[in-house]
Amino acid sequence: MASGNGTHQRTISALVQDKPGVLARISGLFRRRGFNIASLAVGRSERPGFSRMTFVVEGPDEVVRHVAAQLDRLIDVVEVHDITESNIVWRELALIKVSAPASSRGEVLELTNVYRANVIDIGVESLTLEISGGRQKIDSLIELLKRFGLLEVIRTGRVATLRGTLVEGEDDGLFQADASKPTYILPVPTGETGSV
Amino acid sequence: MPSYFGDQPGTVMSKHLSGSQIVCEALLNEGVSVVFGIPGGAILPLYAVLSQYPDLRHILSRHEQGAAHSADGYARSTGKVGVAFATSGPGATNLVTGLATAMMDSVPMVAITGQVGRAAIGTDAFQETDITGATLPVTKHNYLVMRAEDLGATIHEAFHIARTGRPGPVLIDIPKDVFTEMGEYDPDAPIDLPGYNVPGKADESQIDAAARLINEAERPVILAGHGVVLSRSFDELKELAEKAQIPVVTTLLGISSFPEDHVLSTGFPGMHGMAYASLAVDQADLIINFGSRFDDRIVGDAKRFSTGSKKIHVDIDPAEINKSIRVDAPVVGNLKDVFGQLIPKVKQTTHVEWLQHIEHLKAEHPSLKIPESDRLMGQHVVKALSDVTKGDAIITTGVGQHQMWAAQHYQFKNANSWLSSGGAGTMGYEVPSAIGAQVGNPDKLVWSICGDGGFQMTLMELATAVENHLPVKYAILNNNHLGMITQWQGFFYNGDYQAETYTANPDFVKLAEAYGIKGIRVRTQDELEAAINEANAHDGPVVVDFVIEKVDDLYPMIPAGQSVQELIEDPN
Repeated sequence: MASGNGTHQRTISALVQDKPGVLARISGLFRRRGFNIASLAVGRSERPGFSRMTFVVEGPDEVVRHVAAQLDRLIDVVEVHDITESNIVWRELALIKVSAPASSRGEVLELTNVYRANVIDIGVESLTLEISGGRQKIDSLIELLKRFGLLEVIRTGRVATLRGTLVEGEDDGLFQADASKPTYILPVPTGETGSV
Repeated sequence: MPSYFGDQPGTVMSKHLSGSQIVCEALLNEGVSVVFGIPGGAILPLYAVLSQYPDLRHILSRHEQGAAHSADGYARSTGKVGVAFATSGPGATNLVTGLATAMMDSVPMVAITGQVGRAAIGTDAFQETDITGATLPVTKHNYLVMRAEDLGATIHEAFHIARTGRPGPVLIDIPKDVFTEMGEYDPDAPIDLPGYNVPGKADESQIDAAARLINEAERPVILAGHGVVLSRSFDELKELAEKAQIPVVTTLLGISSFPEDHVLSTGFPGMHGMAYASLAVDQADLIINFGSRFDDRIVGDAKRFSTGSKKIHVDIDPAEINKSIRVDAPVVGNLKDVFGQLIPKVKQTTHVEWLQHIEHLKAEHPSLKIPESDRLMGQHVVKALSDVTKGDAIITTGVGQHQMWAAQHYQFKNANSWLSSGGAGTMGYEVPSAIGAQVGNPDKLVWSICGDGGFQMTLMELATAVENHLPVKYAILNNNHLGMITQWQGFFYNGDYQAETYTANPDFVKLAEAYGIKGIRVRTQDELEAAINEANAHDGPVVVDFVIEKVDDLYPMIPAGQSVQELIEDPN
């Protein structure tokens, strides 16, 4: 997806071995290849000894498209999927501490309900809300809460997963990792000649 | 005394050993017979057991950079994994240039470094450096091993990673007290690398697409890169080129992958390559790239690189496909396997008009004409070396004008006889890499073609050659200048010459003699043949100081980032 000024965002999901230094290897690769990480989420995966990372990376299209291929060169990276163009569901999470004295508390709670956020802490002068969803939804709640006085905003990176296959024959091959083939989608130009 | 082949043949069992012993046994089980290194505090426990393993020959380098380049030269010239030892801190950081050199040129190496004791890690202890952190970008992979019982499996993994797929250097950092800790070593423990796949055969659909392009092409050119050398696919390359009568250009590191006296041999293109090779690449309608990464020294301006051609790119590393040049037919696989798949699908044919045109290009753009001069020039020296040794020597070089003259004028007869730092461009590579090549090829003639600049970066390794009775021949192309720097300052900085002249070079003949090495000085063209013969006949290392013309620009030249349209063939 394009985000203006010629740069593109791609969402990449990677299964990595849970070993010391893995994050340093990956962040070092991003730094020296000039890839910009827009967000990064890391956590234990369903497989013991393996973590899953979801990256959103930004940069010129031809550079960013190589992120998956470069990541797959790392020994500790087991699988890489560039899922930008795949059928995915994704979420971000934010914790928002907002000023909420008695005079404005009602209005803040109303917004909380409309956005289906949860109140997870109540102070004398503030409320802390938890909201998950797409980026625009979170952006918009934060925007609306600004006039009450934002005390603290903490956002996670994007986590994403492929949707379950519902229809027979719609399998795009991403679900069965074949050890003999690269598991990422490498863009191969069709019918174009000449150089980039 | 421990036995590294187990107690009985075929029944290798897990053994209780010290970390140091595990390292040595694992190295021997990997077929290592020689190691280049220098001891220091943190790695002393490993040196303490070396006497138990007489089959592990340790060559004492004089600087860790030398140890790394020697391991590299050994690896390139033999195809085996080169091994270097160094201690923690400065010992380890001194390896970095050697690791970067090997990384850029995909050379299989394993470096083993001592580290401070486990309890001291992270405390800024004496001679502590985070070497796994420092070498992340210049190794294929690296390890810090915190338990003796993990050492054996780690070493076997490291060798597997270093030598398979796209080869590269792997570093293993071992804390001092892990060397002395006791642990189990099971040489047959399986390697568990779920994230590491070694490409073999390519997808048949990719092969078919490539074969179709080859069979349709009217003006095809093969670009043979270092991958041909690394996969030892010399015969296969020749078979394919001959079957479809396709001219072969090589990259700088592809030199000696194809016989240079072959009618299809068309030189090497790029910044200082032959004009006819650059023109052939530019005018081709198909470029078949076997194991080269379309380096910027060949491509120049990517937008204007061979715009009329389709491109096939065969590479073992999928990340290289479409990295710098967009290609029409990518083929990902092991080159040797790919040749096996591709050759039967390529039609036996010829391209008479195209081959005639190439011959015409060669005649019109001889490129390698040595300027008329009574003085001794670098080109004369290389040409004489080539003639006298009949192209039969292993050649190592540094980086600069002498390297390009060597590439241009030495006519290589044997496969894999050219060792040069192509990607990293490491001056000083010439002296220690020749030592490694000689250790790996004791019966072959090894000539190191040096610049006076690069030679002085690693000349301390002459002592290593003497100590180990290695009869390496060093040819210093001595012009008291950083020749390539002089040329670039003349071309691109309006002749504002800065820091390009060496006004205090030592007397290289006396220097050689100080090391107990035979020194010869050559000042004229007439002395060349006799001096080279004398060096070849001498049973020991030799340094020949060839005093060459001071300023002598190197041609042909395509300035950096330009294209064949800006090729300067001959200033006159």
